[in-house]
Amino acid sequence: MADKSSSNAYWKANIRMIQLFLVIWFVVSFGFGIILRPMLSGIAVGGTDLGFWFAQQGSILVFLVLIFVYAWRMNRLDKEHGVEE
Amino acid sequence: MDQFTLNLLVIGATFALYIGIAIWARAGSTSEFYAAGRGVHPVLNGMATGADWMSAASFISMAGIIAMASAGGYEQSAYLMGWTGGYVLLALLLAPYLRKFGKFTVPEFIGDRFYSKSARMVAVVCLIVASVTYVIGQMTGVGVAFARFLEVKSSTGLYIGATIVFAYAVLGGMKGITYTQVAQYCVLITAYTIPAIFISLNLTGNFLPQAGLFGTHTASGVALLAKLDQLVTELGFRQYTGMTTNMLNMVLFTMSLMIGTAGLPHVIVRFFTVPKVADARASAGWALVFIALLYTVAPAVGAMARLNLTTTFWPNAVNGQAFDGPAVSVEDIATNPDLNWINNWAKTGLLSFEDKNGDGFIQYYNEGNPTVKAAAEAKGWTGNELTRVNNDIMVLANPEIGKLPGWVIALVAAGGLAAALSTAAGLLLAVASAISHDVIKGAINPSISEKGELLAARISMAAAIVVATYLGLNPPGFAAQTVALAFGIAAASIFPALMMGIFSKRINNKGAVWGMLSGLIFTLVYIFIYKGWFFFPGTNQLPDNVDNWVFGISPLSIGTVGAMVNFAVAYAVSLASEEPPQEVQELIESIRVPKGAGSAPHLAMH
Repeated sequence: MADKSSSNAYWKANIRMIQLFLVIWFVVSFGFGIILRPMLSGIAVGGTDLGFWFAQQGSILVFLVLIFVYAWRMNRLDKEHGVEE
Repeated sequence: MDQFTLNLLVIGATFALYIGIAIWARAGSTSEFYAAGRGVHPVLNGMATGADWMSAASFISMAGIIAMASAGGYEQSAYLMGWTGGYVLLALLLAPYLRKFGKFTVPEFIGDRFYSKSARMVAVVCLIVASVTYVIGQMTGVGVAFARFLEVKSSTGLYIGATIVFAYAVLGGMKGITYTQVAQYCVLITAYTIPAIFISLNLTGNFLPQAGLFGTHTASGVALLAKLDQLVTELGFRQYTGMTTNMLNMVLFTMSLMIGTAGLPHVIVRFFTVPKVADARASAGWALVFIALLYTVAPAVGAMARLNLTTTFWPNAVNGQAFDGPAVSVEDIATNPDLNWINNWAKTGLLSFEDKNGDGFIQYYNEGNPTVKAAAEAKGWTGNELTRVNNDIMVLANPEIGKLPGWVIALVAAGGLAAALSTAAGLLLAVASAISHDVIKGAINPSISEKGELLAARISMAAAIVVATYLGLNPPGFAAQTVALAFGIAAASIFPALMMGIFSKRINNKGAVWGMLSGLIFTLVYIFIYKGWFFFPGTNQLPDNVDNWVFGISPLSIGTVGAMVNFAVAYAVSLASEEPPQEVQELIESIRVPKGAGSAPHLAMH
């Protein structure tokens, strides 16, 4: 607990990032994949509609990108605040 | 070489590999036994997590459930999103902080963070019930796979499987399990994707099944999913891509699977094995890469297997309407070598057909659909004649339907066994660690020596394997309720406790205990009302169907509501009582930053 003010700024930045990433996580799966599917039914994708693609493939691909981008951004944040291992 | 010899050779070779790894990766300390010495590379840990996570259900059953569900293939997307989306929660909300905490078990974190032995013991009970339910399914899966492919009795198969797990789990603990799981992942993903690639090439000309699913059905020139929708609706089934009729339930079910995944202890402990906090974040990503390789192929396998099944029974359906041509004939099934797989699987009882009207053809349609039923009666059909298609066939019979060589069939058998054994070992380790580390060292004998604890861990593991084998031979009523029970408990009790422990400094010991208990009891009671009290048949208060569910919420989906109850009760009780003590607040500060996490040599002294 060398530098509390820095770790507070670090934690706030982390929380902001988590909130943004969880919004994307929610929108691609529960949003595009389920709740908003009827609204997206006009957009055709390979014999079906965009919502079906998000539910069976698209959301999983976005999940992958989310985790790796988060890991990369957090490594940078760790260094900026000098809290990396 | 006949199929039996091939199966024996391929399965024997994979088992020799697992035993070799067991001898190479023996554990010398508790840190190696519980956390593989925290020296596992994040990519390898991702691979091991993939094998740990993907069970017999993912490998054998999931594609078949998507293919054959009466609600249609779309509604089953809940499994695809739920069992992958949980890794986002793990990476963002749990894995890095629990790795920083740097201890060995999930109940240990709950006990330290909420400075309460009761909280730790509630977590131990939740862990054991969730993991034991889960492990029974794996053990029976091992027995069934052996029985089918090596022609031994299912109980003999179970003993062989248990002996293999015994060898590497008791000797090597987490270290042995991790490196065996890496090998098992390679076996299972190869076995899953090879038949899928061939079927995709065959039906759509696409090498990638992921592209084939949204590609064009070559024979008819129509998009694969459009063709499938047309066929299944003609036969009177629900449209394959049709929208759910119960959106609230689908949302809650998906969410339960997601937070349940993030709260399952055997998955969480995998992130204790990597060297650094940053590795824990990356490792969750790698785990999802390896899981997504199977989870994006599964919906393609499901849709393509359903199309293959339909056109096999309605040959005219390949190019036009199913009912415009005759159904497959009994004579063809008996003599055509391409249809021999139907006879092979009819022998196992997983598939059965019966020429009810004696016209020499097997008509397959949905007799529950009044319009189709009336039309069928007008044609002189007296009922659906494909009387049974077990979901599991969709994956297991794939190589035969695709006319692939015998070694692919043997590989699928080895893959199914790898999926079941790797998940069983991970679950057994979670149970054994909870007993030796949380119950024996944490409560009964805190002064136990390192050597004594390692011995206790090995004995707990051996005992857990014996109990799991017994339960695999005599499965209790709750074994079939894995999804409801394990995910319900993990979602409603463990996930919220861990998340509040990291993200709130205000939640105290009383809040955590009351929160976990109310989430758990709420969820269990809702499940018991529909599934029977403690799953005893006939003791349910209400029939288990959508008309009786509160707001249409199924017992499988209730974990999400249980988690909300947990959060609300924990928050209210904590606000009404004192703040957590200073040292706990400092513990929370310290897990929130990566700096200062112990490296492997330091933790070996633990």
